[in-house]
Amino acid sequence: MIRLINFVFIIFFLSLVKAYSLIEIDITRGNLDPLPIAVSPLFQDDNSKKNSINELKIENIGSEISSVVENNLKTSGLFNPLSKEAFLQKPDIAHLKPRFEDWALIKAQALITGKVTLENNKLKVEFRLWDILAGREMMALAFTTVPSNWRRVGHIISDKVYERLTGEKGYFDTRIIYVSEEGPKTARVKKLAIMDQDGFNTKYLTLGNELVLTPRFNPTSQMVTYLSYFKNLPRVYLLDIETGTQEVVGDFPGMTFAPRFSPDGKKIIMSFAKDGNSDIYTMDLENRIVERITNHPSIDTSPSYSPDNRFITFNSDRSGFQQIYVMKSDGSNVKRISFGKGLYGTPVWSPRGDLIAFTKLHKGKFYIGVMRTDGSGERLLTENYYQEAPSWSPNGRVLIFYRETKSNDKGEGFSAKLWSIDLTGYNERQVQTETDASDPSWSSLLSN
Amino acid sequence: MNFSKSFRNTFLVILLSLIVSACATKKTTTTVEGQMQGDVYTGTDTVKYLADGVPDRVFFATNESILTTKSRDTLRKQANWLRENSSINVVVEGHADERGTREYNLALGERRANAAKDYLITYGISADRISVISYGKERPVDSGSNPLSWSKNRRSVTVKAN
Repeated sequence: MIRLINFVFIIFFLSLVKAYSLIEIDITRGNLDPLPIAVSPLFQDDNSKKNSINELKIENIGSEISSVVENNLKTSGLFNPLSKEAFLQKPDIAHLKPRFEDWALIKAQALITGKVTLENNKLKVEFRLWDILAGREMMALAFTTVPSNWRRVGHIISDKVYERLTGEKGYFDTRIIYVSEEGPKTARVKKLAIMDQDGFNTKYLTLGNELVLTPRFNPTSQMVTYLSYFKNLPRVYLLDIETGTQEVVGDFPGMTFAPRFSPDGKKIIMSFAKDGNSDIYTMDLENRIVERITNHPSIDTSPSYSPDNRFITFNSDRSGFQQIYVMKSDGSNVKRISFGKGLYGTPVWSPRGDLIAFTKLHKGKFYIGVMRTDGSGERLLTENYYQEAPSWSPNGRVLIFYRETKSNDKGEGFSAKLWSIDLTGYNERQVQTETDASDPSWSSLLSN
Repeated sequence: MNFSKSFRNTFLVILLSLIVSACATKKTTTTVEGQMQGDVYTGTDTVKYLADGVPDRVFFATNESILTTKSRDTLRKQANWLRENSSINVVVEGHADERGTREYNLALGERRANAAKDYLITYGISADRISVISYGKERPVDSGSNPLSWSKNRRSVTVKAN
């Protein structure tokens, strides 16, 4: 279905400057003063230009890749890519040895330069990151791939730059799986869709013949689990997005829903509803053994494992209303952790382990927030008419969720869109999708 | 186990009647043109009929799956009709309004559908003639974003399966 990772991913360090550098970015605070960075278009020679037009129908692949990088860095909110019109030095010369004074003059603190060669159906890309203030090279990398992977090259460069300057892994070479929505509210057509993190390369994985909901990535492979109403039997499914193979998870005599993978990718955890009561179950994907984790006459749903697989957070109304709970992964030691005013739902454990993101409903408003895993330190990041279902970026720094607008009395004006916000509560932005969209799930880094 | 469940249900019914009587005086001001009581829909706008005088649906309060007096009346009519038409099987669809998280609403819809199913069983309809399906908030009948629209969407609908 989707051809992925044909990626000859060779990184060799062109130089080994183990740098202490003057520039670094603190991403733990809201960054109101993004780092000015110059992204010089990657240089390509005339021969590569000819091949690029022939093979990719793109005139300047170097400058396209640099646009991908620029856009990623900008949307992270941590960088301020400077206008290319102000650049004084040509891309090829800058890549060899930048005149630091020229770049300092336009207030750049960091500079990315590079070179692409497209020959024999191979795309070779070199890039360098320069510290303008210190006047030195910070990083130099090169890789080779098939030409059609050029956008991923841009994402990988972005990740390397982000990691070098923030000290944390990036999240750009990733994809989002979500539910594409079309049609009127009373007869919504929903399809599984997947796209690059920046909204490009959208592919639809189902046709819209049956209702599909809540797709989630396996953090360790190209598998997805989701809820499908195929033949009007709502069940959790497993989908291999490379081969397109689908199968029902387990053999339950009723609705299974709210699926998620365990962080090691070996189990699916989900709810099973029977006789009006929903409890949490797991199924081991290797030996197919099903285990019951909760056994309570209330609704238990939206389970999510801690990254070390030792705990589970979930949503239950056993107190009378929707609240968030944490238990050991065998179902013992159930503790309620949400005690603020309002209802709490969709808890999801951060890949860093320290926080749980959630949706909160209070006085007719919906909030996306985070709290520590013992329920302390609740922080609401964003308030709106309707929003829910946060999903973490693989580095645990950004949340993606969906937001719906209010309809008027005729039902007009409704929309559903994906949004992202930094853990700091800053940098809220809409994530572009071809159609209306909901239930986003962020993949792990594709190249690692 | 069963005892404690039925005890709990009885308790909830008592609790509800207390809430309803408490709300009846307090919330009459929020009633929309006689179409809502508390926040339960009491109108007939979206209602279809399984047979003459047999409404196909019942409505619920926000976050609740408790059957109101009117709902029980409707379900008794459905039970009578099912008894007279013993070859017909039904699906009870459970639904929620748009003001809740998707996954919780799926569970809530299932709970509502089962509340209706259990009542039909109490009135002598065999469990194997009734299946349930929850659509959560996925299939609203009214697409407005206001309390009246939401009240029409919090429902269970009994549909002929054959």
